[in-house]
Amino acid sequence: MSGNQPAGGTNRDGPEDGSAMLSAGLSAGSPAAGFGAVGRGPRLLSGGGRRAGVVSTLSTLVVLGALVAIFLAAPGSQQVRHTFFDPQDMWQSFIGNPKKGYYSVGEAIWLNIRMFLAAEVLILILALVIALIRQSTGPVLFPLRVLAMIYVDFFRGVPLLLVVYAIGFGLPALRLSFISNQSYAVYGVLALTLSYSAYVSEVYRAGLNSVHRSQVAAARSLGLTHGTAMRYVILPQALRNIVPPLLNDFISLQKDTALVGVLGAIEANQAAQIYGSTVFNYSSLTVAAILFLVLTIPLARFTDRLIDRDRNRRLAGAVT
Amino acid sequence: MTAIALEDVYKSFGPNLVLSGISLDVAAHEVICLIGASGSGKSTLLRCINLLEPIDSGRISLLGHQVTGTGIDANRVRRQVGIVFQSYNLFPHMTVLRNVTLAPMKALGMPRAQADELASELLARFGLADKQAEYPDRLSGGQQQRVAIVRALAMQPQVMLLDEVTSALDPELVAEVLDVIRELADGGMTMLIATHEMGFARDIASRVCFLEEGVIIEEAPPSELFTDPKDERTRRFLRRIVDAGRM
Repeated sequence: MSGNQPAGGTNRDGPEDGSAMLSAGLSAGSPAAGFGAVGRGPRLLSGGGRRAGVVSTLSTLVVLGALVAIFLAAPGSQQVRHTFFDPQDMWQSFIGNPKKGYYSVGEAIWLNIRMFLAAEVLILILALVIALIRQSTGPVLFPLRVLAMIYVDFFRGVPLLLVVYAIGFGLPALRLSFISNQSYAVYGVLALTLSYSAYVSEVYRAGLNSVHRSQVAAARSLGLTHGTAMRYVILPQALRNIVPPLLNDFISLQKDTALVGVLGAIEANQAAQIYGSTVFNYSSLTVAAILFLVLTIPLARFTDRLIDRDRNRRLAGAVT
Repeated sequence: MTAIALEDVYKSFGPNLVLSGISLDVAAHEVICLIGASGSGKSTLLRCINLLEPIDSGRISLLGHQVTGTGIDANRVRRQVGIVFQSYNLFPHMTVLRNVTLAPMKALGMPRAQADELASELLARFGLADKQAEYPDRLSGGQQQRVAIVRALAMQPQVMLLDEVTSALDPELVAEVLDVIRELADGGMTMLIATHEMGFARDIASRVCFLEEGVIIEEAPPSELFTDPKDERTRRFLRRIVDAGRM
């Protein structure tokens, strides 16, 4: 799709208008900001004193310094820095300029965010339904169990990119009234949901199986129905166990929203590529990468906190 | 009045015959202890009465109503039959109070305030008043088992089934749980107790049944069964218990 963009503004902004942006560009997303997370090493240490903190900070700085030195000393360093890390280009691609034929990557990332938020909710629901069907035992549900199994096998086996193509180009081609008139983002969310639900249903299933059978027996022995036991006893315990693998899948999902770009939806990756093919500088891709990191890293830390809090609450002062 | 009636109950797991024609009547307010080696069918018998395991043939009646066969609402039956397991099986993600109130609220539809009051009352009665807000992991084994008993009692069952409730406990914690059971017996609760605590069985039981290979070999008041067992197999079992220093 990038080829369709008017390529009128191939001439670059001169340093005179870019210099004001330079400092802002650096603070908004220089590569150092991405590496900054590693510098928090001391917080990952358990029970280290001040001395341990100093040592780990120093060693982190030394390692980082060595990596940066290698990068700067490389024969093609100048070229790579210009093509991928040019502060002016990073800033220009971040804010965008429709008149010159490229979109704002910073704005486009909102489409990714909207897509994965919508997809996450849908996936959590659909995957749970599939998992519960696959875990059911009654003979009446046998056909549903077979369908669920085929669904999981199919969507785990087909590359997500093909599902995106099939949904994004296939459904509009059907020329049905409602189904064929949606935006590419909607088709993207649908494709992501279909594909990821297959994976996440397996995560749910592992979680349900991780709850000991005696918990089911205890709940049922009190006269709770299967549904009530599932809702109040089994699922809450299963969900606690699956938070880490679930988060893992969701981080993956956040990145895979970029695949919807192949349909022509202007999400961050697509906007960055349009910038690159318009201006012939790929610093826009670095901006997109940083924006994806900004999304995924807080989510990872948040989940770590959730897990720790839950464990502390249940085990603090445990009598053994 | 007969609280529990078993008639010729058979149960097998695959090729293993676990219950081989069990017949037993338990009168209301009676306390019956089931003794026998591990694998003799005691636990399975209790789980069958609670309908956690379907039986292969025979009949089970509770309070005069047959509960085996087709068209039985197992959940309704279970609400009248409390069962406590060897491994407590408390819900680890809930506080003690919520463990106790879950079933009254969700199975009986009791309002939360009323369920809380009932639970507080029961917990206080068994010395657990200060543990309401704790999570099960923070309690000792004895405390956990007492909570499990309270959880079953909160459904106000007609019958209690206790499945080796002290077997997983450290020796010094056994007494506090046995005291709870004694109190229940004194209050007239009908109980069927699978146990390895022979001294306790002798104290509390109105009748003792000795099981071996899924059959009730001998059934007698404790004074008779422990001092003058009629069957050779009962004698052999009791001799092993005495030799092990458990009686």
